[in-house]
Amino acid sequence: METKLPSTWEKALDSIRTWARVNSPWVIHFNSGSCNGCDIEILATLTPRYDLERFGVKLQGSPRHADVLICTGPVTRNARDRLVRIYNQMPDPKFVVVVGSCGLSGGVFHGSYNVMGGVDEVIPVDAYVPGCPPRPEAIIHGVVALLDSLKKKP
Amino acid sequence: MTNQSQPQKFIVPIGPQHPALKEPGHFEFGVDGEIVTSATIRLGFVHRGIEKATEDRTWVQNLYLLERICGICSNIHGTVYAIGVEKLAGVEIPPRAKYIRTIVAELERVHSHLLWLGVAAHEGGFDTLFMYSWRDRETVMDLLEGLSGNRVNYSTNLIGGVKFDINEKQADEIRRGLDFLEERTHYYMKVVTTDETFLGRTRDIGTMTREQAELLGAVGPTARASGVPRDVRSESPYLAYNEHPIQLQVHDGGDLLARFIVRLNELFDTYRLIRELLDHMPAGDLTVRVPRRIPEGEVLIRGEAPRGELVYYLKSSGSDKPDRIKVRTPSLCNWGTISHVAVGHKLADMPMLLVGIDPCFSCNDRLVTVNNTQNSQDLTWDALRRYGIEYYK
Repeated sequence: METKLPSTWEKALDSIRTWARVNSPWVIHFNSGSCNGCDIEILATLTPRYDLERFGVKLQGSPRHADVLICTGPVTRNARDRLVRIYNQMPDPKFVVVVGSCGLSGGVFHGSYNVMGGVDEVIPVDAYVPGCPPRPEAIIHGVVALLDSLKKKP
Repeated sequence: MTNQSQPQKFIVPIGPQHPALKEPGHFEFGVDGEIVTSATIRLGFVHRGIEKATEDRTWVQNLYLLERICGICSNIHGTVYAIGVEKLAGVEIPPRAKYIRTIVAELERVHSHLLWLGVAAHEGGFDTLFMYSWRDRETVMDLLEGLSGNRVNYSTNLIGGVKFDINEKQADEIRRGLDFLEERTHYYMKVVTTDETFLGRTRDIGTMTREQAELLGAVGPTARASGVPRDVRSESPYLAYNEHPIQLQVHDGGDLLARFIVRLNELFDTYRLIRELLDHMPAGDLTVRVPRRIPEGEVLIRGEAPRGELVYYLKSSGSDKPDRIKVRTPSLCNWGTISHVAVGHKLADMPMLLVGIDPCFSCNDRLVTVNNTQNSQDLTWDALRRYGIEYYK
């Protein structure tokens, strides 16, 4: 059974949803073949000096609780299925942030037999953070840019 | 319904995406209630085919590729590879370059051990120590950034020397940073050895005797915490370790607590060593010229990464690209101890046990092809090389 609300109500509810989403995005992190460099920088952004949690961002263990998937590294053939499975397990609406040059294009591993290439070969990506590895400030900038783009959406 | 006479074995699968570690690895723990009865580890999610990829790149390009085998101990990969190539080319790098390589290697050990301390505390449920040690780790990250311009993959090495110099101002900054870190490390030592709650998670957990450690081929701090005096820096000194030897840190405990103590003691020794190196830096050039084509030959070279012994095998056929590069990383040697030690412990201790060896997945994921067909054949090195060239044509 589906109840249809007047369009003004729908609009109001949508703006509340966006407000909630922007103020408290929960992220999970998946390493699909990274060298660890980006992963330790992501962890560093959560620790006292950079403190990503002041934007309401919380690192979460389960994909079923998460809004944002932070993905690092090129996608290896072995990790590909797992990445797709994790993406499918996340509830809608979901967003993907790719951290590091390898996730953008395969980076230094480009052309290797076991590497598919960038993350966008496998799942749709919303924000890219380049760098090898990106500085914590760049990762924060990427996440904030993603949140800003959500605000503008109707 | 039939009665099951045999109690069913219950298997807890963990991973590859899991909250405990930041890297993908799949574990299957067979449990009887809370107690682990078997442990299976499935790796290979981060296999990127680096050893094969090195054969398509020149000697210089490989320096940057090999540094990205592991982002935590990136510098030592580049250093050991560069030492190997210089040995093949028959050149000797200037003494100042040796000292700078050693200082960066030791700073990397500081960053790696502090990182490990935080992650290990986090797995033990002690998040305050995690946040403290990661906050203090930023000090050494700043020092590394001040020297090289990058926080993680510093790319210190060139084939035939180093990229940057350390001037007096930078040396003073390093000394000040080390003073602060030494004070903090004393505090961590106190916390780790006196906090009753934390001791409950580490004392007598995952005990590995010296015989077991030798049998399972453990390396690095994992082996040293079981009383095995094994460290490449003192066994076959390279770079500046000849002139400035390390003090080997060994503990007989064999449990998780011993691994904490060994790594923290190593930090103190590393602080001492870096100060000593800064005080005795020889003057001179930073680089020597190395030919683009490396003469034919093969070399086996060892170095001590923060996690243990790192071995590189390099083979050159006289061209500007290597013929074969084989890497043996310390984590791969230490993995074997996990499945052995895990049995008999509680499931809740597994994250701590895994972290105890300071695991690094990205440097140990290998590809193994098992040929089950009957028509096996022996290939000579040349035949194998020809087969490889034909296969990738």
